[in-house]
Amino acid sequence: MKSAKELLAKNHIPPHWPSLLHLAIEEVFEIMLGSKLAGYAGPAPTHDLTAMVGLAGDLCGVLTVRCAQQSASRITARMLGGAFAENEQDVSQHVWDALGEMSNMIAGNFKNKLDGIADRCLLSVPTIISGQDYKLRPLANSETLEVILAFEGQPIIVTLDVHA
Amino acid sequence: MRKIVERSLRQAGIDLSEVKEAGNGAEALQALGAGLVDLIFCDINMPVMDGLEFLRQVKTVPGAEAIPVVMITTEGSESNVVQALSVGARGYIRKPFTPEQVREHVIPLLNAK
Repeated sequence: MKSAKELLAKNHIPPHWPSLLHLAIEEVFEIMLGSKLAGYAGPAPTHDLTAMVGLAGDLCGVLTVRCAQQSASRITARMLGGAFAENEQDVSQHVWDALGEMSNMIAGNFKNKLDGIADRCLLSVPTIISGQDYKLRPLANSETLEVILAFEGQPIIVTLDVHA
Repeated sequence: MRKIVERSLRQAGIDLSEVKEAGNGAEALQALGAGLVDLIFCDINMPVMDGLEFLRQVKTVPGAEAIPVVMITTEGSESNVVQALSVGARGYIRKPFTPEQVREHVIPLLNAK
């Protein structure tokens, strides 16, 4: 069985990984939210929130999930039920928690689909960035894997940066 | 995740008279010291101490040794499951999960009390 390092030997993402990441995202949205994602073909996607999960071990890097505030609120409402908080501060906290949990589940579901890697790859607790005026510079040296899907018509951008 | 689990339990028709939440294992141990519970859910990846260490420590809290602990986690490998069960977990649910999966794990544990 090849390790992630062997698979990433030439700093190229293995050809079957995009479809596995795609599947991992779809499963999390379908099981946790009851939402079927579609392909996104709208204007250039923007985002207000970013959730990041670090991966360490045989598969080393960072997975990010980005979306608009409105999408994050809809995710939270589906996850926790319609009226999930009474005041604005609690709303933000719940939305951040929900998006962080989604990123954690997507990262975990993806790594569990990679033969022989799940055991030797740990996930960090998620981090949330609010706003879009920032630059993220993962110390990754492989290609970036990006999947954009539509959740209720709005883009969900999932990116995996891997350090080989 | 705590809110999601609570919602899943309610969706599964399980009557929850009280739900105690803790932000990490240390807080959960403190909460246990203040009063025992019927069932504990925890993740493996947690701040302060991981879920396996939390499990070990729960077993040292007087009166809490027999409280069933169910892991809910993205760590889905066979060795994770074996490790968790070997330190006393009574159930192991992989994320993402459905309310039905929660129900299947929880009902037998509550009925066995």
